[in-house]
Amino acid sequence: MSTTLMPASQPTAVPPSAAADFAGELQSEWTKIRSVRSTIWALVALVVVTISFTALFNWLTVSQWAAVTDGQRQAVMLDPTGQILGSGFQFSQLAICVLGVLIVTGEYSSGTIRATLLAVPRRTPVLVAKALVFAALVFVVAEVAAFTSFMIGAAILSSRVEVSLGDSGVLQAILGVGLYAALLGVFAIAIGALPRHTAGAITAIIGFVLVLSPLALLLPGDWGRYVYAYLPTNAGQRITTTIQAPTDLLTAWQGFGVFAAWTIALILVAGYLLKRRDA
Amino acid sequence: MIEVQDLSKRYGDKLAVNHLSFTVEPGTVTGFLGPNGAGKSTTMRLIVGLDHPTAETATIDERRYAELHQPLRVVGALLEAGALHPGRSAHNHLLFLAQTQALPKRRVDEVIDLVGLHDVARERVGGFSLGMRQRMGIAAALLGDPRVLILDEPINGLDPEGILWVRNLLRRLADEGRTVLVSSHLMSEMAQTADNLIVIGRGSLIAQSTMAEFIERNSDQSVIVRAPDAAALRSILIEAGGQVSTGEDGALTVQRLPAARIGDLAAAARLAVHELSPQVASLEDAFMETTHDSLDFDISDRPRLEAELVAAERINGSTR
Repeated sequence: MSTTLMPASQPTAVPPSAAADFAGELQSEWTKIRSVRSTIWALVALVVVTISFTALFNWLTVSQWAAVTDGQRQAVMLDPTGQILGSGFQFSQLAICVLGVLIVTGEYSSGTIRATLLAVPRRTPVLVAKALVFAALVFVVAEVAAFTSFMIGAAILSSRVEVSLGDSGVLQAILGVGLYAALLGVFAIAIGALPRHTAGAITAIIGFVLVLSPLALLLPGDWGRYVYAYLPTNAGQRITTTIQAPTDLLTAWQGFGVFAAWTIALILVAGYLLKRRDA
Repeated sequence: MIEVQDLSKRYGDKLAVNHLSFTVEPGTVTGFLGPNGAGKSTTMRLIVGLDHPTAETATIDERRYAELHQPLRVVGALLEAGALHPGRSAHNHLLFLAQTQALPKRRVDEVIDLVGLHDVARERVGGFSLGMRQRMGIAAALLGDPRVLILDEPINGLDPEGILWVRNLLRRLADEGRTVLVSSHLMSEMAQTADNLIVIGRGSLIAQSTMAEFIERNSDQSVIVRAPDAAALRSILIEAGGQVSTGEDGALTVQRLPAARIGDLAAAARLAVHELSPQVASLEDAFMETTHDSLDFDISDRPRLEAELVAAERINGSTR
């Protein structure tokens, strides 16, 4: 074993620059994300689940065409893009929720967070860099999933309804899937950073996205409609559709804005707590 | 230099660190000692800003840790050896740390070689032994070539070879002029390496001194004396102010009189002396003596503590 302490290979003078520091932060968070195998598998699962559920649901729609109600047929005819993109992603978005929570809570359960905060004692850059890196990664993966899903879904639906990339609003909706997914990833990171425990955070986000939000549809009266429309993921999903139904309270971009506002609010709370709490 | 001024930390209604003040000088290895639960780890976490102090603060070269730009280039800390994501490789763990400090990639390889983990650098740390995790922690602490090192129980889980290696490393780091603070709950570990000692119990400072002073001040010096006419010698020694107890084999244990004075007294009284041996209390005894009243846990834990000491002593013995 070596018994001499080698001199560190480091540039002697490092000009303090906030931009350079943050670039290093981004690199560091990217290294963390890519160096854990479960992250890679979760993202592969995201793509596979999205594509296979899209194929399955659209095949069911086509094969059951005569059996479904007029209303359901109408919905598919009106917004085939929304139908295609929603069918797989409705499930695979859970992978983003779980992964977003895990990349935060995993640091706490393993203790890596202590090493991280020793390196970046100002703390908030850690959260911001983590959110940006994960959002960018999820955006790319979700776009791959959305684009492939659309091509497969459109091919399956073609016997009943024609839809192509060139149709009005289609490209925006496909882009919208990536944007929604990226924001959902940041939303999940914020949720994970609040309780800092995997089980609690995953229960909270899945309960919210999969159970509470859809259930809000059952709330009576006008305010029920408003509550439903303004809940984060309901609002955010508007951007993955191509039509503006008379019942929709928010346009696609308004919905995205509402979801972004929720997410930013949560990240601010998470950042405040990260700064204040003992690690 | 590390300066801790009137530092306090409260968790709920428990005062884990209680108005603690001390300084750690560069160029020395400073042992930070106290029984389990004395507040050593908490103090270290407060110094590096992982926990927020309830009152006052600690500074490193006159700056708070949180104010340091690229802090790993100034302070290297090993706080929990196990704090590694099991799915990440040693190389990637050090790499993500290096990237936050604008350290080049080759520095990662350097510290991995330095701690002897070259062959397992690309393996996931989930399969590492405690000793290998300790080496990882030391590698992380050395990553930025820092002038201040804060190491919490770095010897835990190391094999004899590893212990010796850490001791030499600490020595060398101090000789290079760095400030080295190293905690332990075992005095015997410190005896080999530390120049200075900071002893705490229940979050409060018990002693800060050099190692030599600490032993001097805290150990009960006694002298074993064997003489054919023990009874006569005994009364002379008591008369001279000694505290004398007689053992079953007739040997006298004398306190409060140095060995030379005992010899002189015996010669003056023309009494033969067959043995005259000063007993230097071990560091462990001195440490136990000092922290005895500050043990946070019940004294029934003492046998376990002593068993640990015996085990540590055995390890130390084999590396001498």
